[in-house]
Amino acid sequence: MANTANLEAHATGHAGHDHHTPTGWRRWVYSTNHKDIGIMYLVFSIVAGVIGGLLSGLMRLELQEPGIQIFHGLAAMAYGLEGDAALDGGKHMFNVFVSAHALIMVFFTVMPATMGGFANYFAPLMIGAPDTAFPRINNIAFWLLPPALLLTILSMFFEGPAGALGFGGGWTAYPPLSTSGHPGPATDFVIFSLHVAGVSSILGAINLITTILNMRAPGMTLHKMPLFAWSVLVTAFLLLLALPVLAGAITMMLTDRNFGTTFFAPEGGGDPVLYQHLFWFFGHPEVYIMILPGFGIISHIVATFSRKPVFGYMAMAYAMVAIGFVGFVVWAHHMYTTGLSLDVQRYFVAATMVIAVPTGVKIFSWIATMWGGSITFRVPMLWAIGFIFLFTVGGVTGVVLANAGADRALHDTYYVVAHFHYVLSLGAVFSIFAGWYYWFPKMFGYMYNEFLGKLHFWVMFIGVNLIFFPQHFLGLAGMPRRYVDYPDAFALWNRVSSIGYYITFVAMIIFFYATWEAVRKKRLAGDNPWGDGATTLEWTLSSPPPFHQFSTLPKIESRDAH
Amino acid sequence: MADATAPFRPDSSGGRNKRVGLTLAGVAVAMVGLAFASVPLYQLFCQVTGFGGTPQVAAENPKGVIAREMKVRFDVNVERALPWTVKAAAPVTDRIGTVDTVNYIATNNSDKPITGQAIFNVVPDKAGVYFNKIECFCFTEQTLQPGETVEMPIVFFVDPDLDDNHELATIKEITLSYTFYASDSEGS
Repeated sequence: MANTANLEAHATGHAGHDHHTPTGWRRWVYSTNHKDIGIMYLVFSIVAGVIGGLLSGLMRLELQEPGIQIFHGLAAMAYGLEGDAALDGGKHMFNVFVSAHALIMVFFTVMPATMGGFANYFAPLMIGAPDTAFPRINNIAFWLLPPALLLTILSMFFEGPAGALGFGGGWTAYPPLSTSGHPGPATDFVIFSLHVAGVSSILGAINLITTILNMRAPGMTLHKMPLFAWSVLVTAFLLLLALPVLAGAITMMLTDRNFGTTFFAPEGGGDPVLYQHLFWFFGHPEVYIMILPGFGIISHIVATFSRKPVFGYMAMAYAMVAIGFVGFVVWAHHMYTTGLSLDVQRYFVAATMVIAVPTGVKIFSWIATMWGGSITFRVPMLWAIGFIFLFTVGGVTGVVLANAGADRALHDTYYVVAHFHYVLSLGAVFSIFAGWYYWFPKMFGYMYNEFLGKLHFWVMFIGVNLIFFPQHFLGLAGMPRRYVDYPDAFALWNRVSSIGYYITFVAMIIFFYATWEAVRKKRLAGDNPWGDGATTLEWTLSSPPPFHQFSTLPKIESRDAH
Repeated sequence: MADATAPFRPDSSGGRNKRVGLTLAGVAVAMVGLAFASVPLYQLFCQVTGFGGTPQVAAENPKGVIAREMKVRFDVNVERALPWTVKAAAPVTDRIGTVDTVNYIATNNSDKPITGQAIFNVVPDKAGVYFNKIECFCFTEQTLQPGETVEMPIVFFVDPDLDDNHELATIKEITLSYTFYASDSEGS
């Protein structure tokens, strides 16, 4: 960025027609503005999250008691079946709900919120860029997502297995269940949905990487870049390298299903296990894609509300890079039960455990940032500390599961369900809410009600722990995942888990009320409501920021950018 | 993308952005290519290493016979769509390295000629790399006339190097399993 003077002249020259603001529906549908696109991603994520959350609510309602309570009724309503046929339809429908819940939460709730919403809105602001590098690609990337979500939802209404609707093969979609097990078009809808969502994410990743590499303000070297921008950069590279592999794998599945190829069919010389390798080569980086932006958000919040620069900035940045790298060479720890040789298992156990090291560096650095800081427990800080606690719990069970010996017993049990919900449903989602409350005054210009924000946090914290902590017990006792029914022995903790869901549901109502209340009361937040601790560039702008910002690029002097 | 919609960018960065963007797009395309390249690579990998119980093909046993004995069991499955009856060979117990011949017996129960093919696998998986077949019906497609019964020979030996693998120190038995498919099967 040596030619700042040139740039300023350029900007001034165009000022006349560039500051017009499109209005009405054109502002959103035609939007090339990174902030508007970010807001659209966040709204989309909330809508998808409500759908995914309601699906899981019906699952928890079913699992509250042993026996099949509601899904045969749902199947009777949806499919017009009766008696035993309704029962069989209900069992399949439960699997359809499990699959759709996972796909919606992963691809349409968490990823749009972090890499769509916050990354688009704040990564350019934090690096002092006027917009992203490819604003029109940004627009396409967003508008590909609603049709992708629609395709996933539509899949639930088309034939999957003979005589039943929807795809019930889980988000992993292993063949042969997803090929010969689901002859109907439902699976093809899911495949197309993932194709479209994948293209959207890859375009978004290209846009964000180019923005961060090329458009940092003068003086902002990579080593002065805020940690959230670092996390977005690493995550975008993971997206770029992992998603095309998923696209390849599901394309093979598509041709296996429809055009007689046998990539994953043994009778033609293929191997179903190859799909698992390809899927998890994507799938494991995918879980880091969901959590890494959260790491970035939490670093800023902890530093802001401790009024200290983040502890160990370089270690924090390179820990994320290390997690990204190692994340690509641990995929087969999802496949310990597929007959890998002992030596291969030994390698994957060791490599997986190595990830605990950079992750530990991050956890301890957050704690060290708080240590001796002048901490204020505002709402974002509560969410951030909640995140650190919940993510650590999920991380510890992850180290347990990394052991092939233990995993042999725990594979596909509720222990695994508890583990990945602690790191994703609680970890990633808490980081999203932390970011939401942290940046809400910046994005909308209004301050939320502090009491409602804290209430939301505490109710949700209690609720989600009640849902998922007992699932560790269920898994250790041997309850397998993805079943509509279970023996009486598992009744107690399943009931507790379902009660936790209802509490979380109340928390979500508080969230929507708090948002509505903040927008209605219009308490002006000011440029920087958080005080001296908030040092990144977005707090130097008005709240909400102007439609076009940084027409004069900020110059980063020797001060710490983090 | 360097047009009027992005007026704040320095002139030079439009070209730079395009270059970086295209490079990244190339990376994405290359990763899709890698996903497809993994199919032949994976097959090659399985054949070379015996990964996942892929047996080996050999012309003869150059390594001799050792004292340790190994029982080899034979198993067969027939795809539902293939109207054949296939009887597996009886188990063979012999010193490791001995070249043995066994026969599977297949009958076509239908009234028309049918072409079938068998795929095969060894359990335990780790033993695949030591299981050598000199001759096998599974290498080619088989056509059986209506009502015809044929003997299908397998000539095999177990590589004495198996004895050096500590993971297989407790193994006394290897199972060779075949699954027969109609070879005009659509594959799905």
